[in-house]
Amino acid sequence: MTRQLYEFNGGVHPEEHKHASTSRPIGIAPLPRILIVSLRQHIGQPAKPIVAVGEQVLKGQMIGQAEGYVSVAVHAPTSGTVTAIAGHAAAHPSGLTDLCITIAPDGADRWIEHSALDYRNMDPSHLRNQLRDLGIAGLGGAVFPSFIKLNPGATQKVPTLVLNGGECEPWITCDDMLMRERAAEILAGAAVMRYMLHSDEVLVGIEDNKPEAIAAMQAAASQCDFPVEVVTVPTLYPGGGAKQLIKTLTGKEVPSGGRSTDVGVATFNVGTAYALHRAVNHGEPLISRIVTVTGNVHRPQNFEVLIGTPLAELVRLTGATRDDTSGYVMGGPMMGFDLISTDVPMVKATNCILVKSLALFPPPPPAMPCIRCTRCAQACPADLQPQELYWFARAKNFGKTQEYHLFDCIECGCCSYVCPSHIPLVQYYRYAKSEIWAKEKDKKAADLARERHEFRQLRIEREQQERAAKLALKASAKLAEASPESPDDAANAAKKAAIQAALERAKEKKEGVTPRNIENLPPEKLQEIAEIEARRAKIRAMAKDAVEK
Amino acid sequence: MLSSPYIAEQSSVSIIMLKVLAALVPGIAVYVWLFGPAILVTLTLASVTALVLETIAVRLRGWPAKPFLMDGSALVTAWLLALSLPPIAPWWLIVVGTFFAIVVAKHLYGGLGNNLFNPAMVGYAVLIISFPVQMTQWSAPLSLAGAHLSLLDSAQYIFTGILPDGLKLDAISSATPLDTLRTQLQLEHTVREITRLPIFGNLGGTGGEAVVLMFLLGGLYLWLARIITWHIPAAFIAGLWITGGLFHISDPDRYISPWFHLATGGVMLGAFFIATDPVTGATTPRGKLIFGAGIGILTYLIRTLGGYPDGVAFAVLLMNIMVPLIDAYTQPKVYGHKQKEPAE
Repeated sequence: MTRQLYEFNGGVHPEEHKHASTSRPIGIAPLPRILIVSLRQHIGQPAKPIVAVGEQVLKGQMIGQAEGYVSVAVHAPTSGTVTAIAGHAAAHPSGLTDLCITIAPDGADRWIEHSALDYRNMDPSHLRNQLRDLGIAGLGGAVFPSFIKLNPGATQKVPTLVLNGGECEPWITCDDMLMRERAAEILAGAAVMRYMLHSDEVLVGIEDNKPEAIAAMQAAASQCDFPVEVVTVPTLYPGGGAKQLIKTLTGKEVPSGGRSTDVGVATFNVGTAYALHRAVNHGEPLISRIVTVTGNVHRPQNFEVLIGTPLAELVRLTGATRDDTSGYVMGGPMMGFDLISTDVPMVKATNCILVKSLALFPPPPPAMPCIRCTRCAQACPADLQPQELYWFARAKNFGKTQEYHLFDCIECGCCSYVCPSHIPLVQYYRYAKSEIWAKEKDKKAADLARERHEFRQLRIEREQQERAAKLALKASAKLAEASPESPDDAANAAKKAAIQAALERAKEKKEGVTPRNIENLPPEKLQEIAEIEARRAKIRAMAKDAVEK
Repeated sequence: MLSSPYIAEQSSVSIIMLKVLAALVPGIAVYVWLFGPAILVTLTLASVTALVLETIAVRLRGWPAKPFLMDGSALVTAWLLALSLPPIAPWWLIVVGTFFAIVVAKHLYGGLGNNLFNPAMVGYAVLIISFPVQMTQWSAPLSLAGAHLSLLDSAQYIFTGILPDGLKLDAISSATPLDTLRTQLQLEHTVREITRLPIFGNLGGTGGEAVVLMFLLGGLYLWLARIITWHIPAAFIAGLWITGGLFHISDPDRYISPWFHLATGGVMLGAFFIATDPVTGATTPRGKLIFGAGIGILTYLIRTLGGYPDGVAFAVLLMNIMVPLIDAYTQPKVYGHKQKEPAE
């Protein structure tokens, strides 16, 4: 049966280069000499370390626990000794460090006790907490905690469950190979998702450049005890983006700033379904994933890699480093980012390590002026007008960029890809977004300072009034030796309480403001946001001190 | 540091401009065949002038000369201007027009990508206002002309104003069909009478209609090659045809068939090559439709009710003024905003 498919605007057809890494089966990466497990594996709050340096840990043992709502646990990928808990170069382009737990493997690879979850007889919220504690997060790139997405919420059900096997980025084949080799396990994970979301239909969207994966998934679907529709979608980058895939499969658009569940769809990467299967049916936390290692290497291949494996150890598996290697990218050539050091450890988001050379990825020619040819607009899958956004971003007219929906940009890179003037458009948008975030934080800080100042004025005024009242009281007491308790005091106290309450309310409101559109942000942006938040907190603390002094 | 994407399509401004030039070649070839080689002289003169002025302007602005000369935009401007001018006009007319196009309209407004007005049309407008007499020296179609000018004779006439012995200007030049129509209508002739004159062809002007057809084909190539979208040409042609059609129905003796308007003057060149200039045109799909339709309607009104024989240039310039407004009010709905705007 053929399903009616819909089209999203734009998209591009970059050279695929997928065959490079699909000729070999998924290899199991050997135990590395050292594992560096970042506590910031997922979107949201980093996990909190719960082991100490020198402690022996078992494979699968929780070493970092979820902190805050948007967070999941982190586990030891093998058994060994914790040798450090410190900042370490991490997988984001800024080169900033993240708190990481370093484990020296003991070679025994000894598992902690674990067993399958009897999920059908579990309280749903308990089940979700278990998944959080097993570290399940979206493996498609956003690493959003899965337990949050697996909550059907007030609507009680999410009618359509979509497994995303689109994998539209060139070079990357980890989902392709996973579907080819472990289709049944992916659908076993989908069964749990379907159960948790009470979904009516299960769709698997796969781009038509992966016939082997489609065949494997169809074979597995025919063995399934619930209906699964494997839908072949046209190969068109970024057709594997969640929003684009939902549009292709259902014709629905995820509302701006909303979630896919708003239109009754939940989307999970096939890798996430696989991880969920391992977690629920085997009790295994998320400690490994499939990573494509390709590009300028001798033997491109997919590997099942322990989270925390350093880049250098992984790349070595594909042969000796080539002389003309010019860098390492995490992710694909359209949306990936440069890794600044070969010590960077793999994280749950690492789908691909693309080894660069100048021959494979030549630097772009110098940028020419924009001629408003609107090829970017024709290629934009978010229906934006990139030429206008560029114009405003360059002019630092950030208000206008927001009016033109800068924050609906998914940074897919199509605009830069087609630009005949070779303008690095996405870089301008990233710049504009970070400037806006910084400004917003500055504004909040300024608001806080103003609030503090106003409060101080109020306090001084009040103290003056109180002093005056006291003096007056004293004077009147002197005059009329004994007078009854002044009603003024009661009035003052009431006023004071009212002021205090209003201030509290204002403060709560201020603190309640959270950054918007952080759902699909790259880790470095989150890092930046977190830092700014920390700075704010500090300023707030300082302000408080000053008030109290 | 570079960030993603690390790959890009093989395209450049130069390639786009080269394709535009290539799309003009068939029209130029037929022009030469039916009207003589004089146009080659003006094309060359305009090109050389444009490149020299572009080099000077880019140097003065402290930009690297090579990439900006290689982008080909100056050549496109030069060719479009030359094709809008009478092919046997004096050399200084070409030079003055090119100067206004490249230096005033383009570089004084910020150079490639920043000019508000279509450079070639600014050049044309300056000339038609300042030198109306020279702007009427059009070559007669060879089939109607009393004499033919060789390439060298054409060059000599353009640069020195001297014709070969015994040849008079009248023998090689003629008024355009649009001019003829205008003057004959003023003499109270009906359209039916006027179109019997030999300068009128099957649809447009003798010879001219074939050139127009080739420009149409070149334009279709640009559309197929995805250099332009269909919106502006289609809206331009529809705007002109519908407006012309309404006038024609109201009084066929006074207002000629809209097909004639499509097949004469700068309409096809304007619709596919001039109005589609991305820098000065509207960019949104709906905006392009408004922009194109506006040019079509204005072209007709200027031709029919205004004082100038052809209205394409003024129509384009007038609509250029409107572009920022049109773009601002025709922004397409962004993904995720289609159902409803989120409550802000």
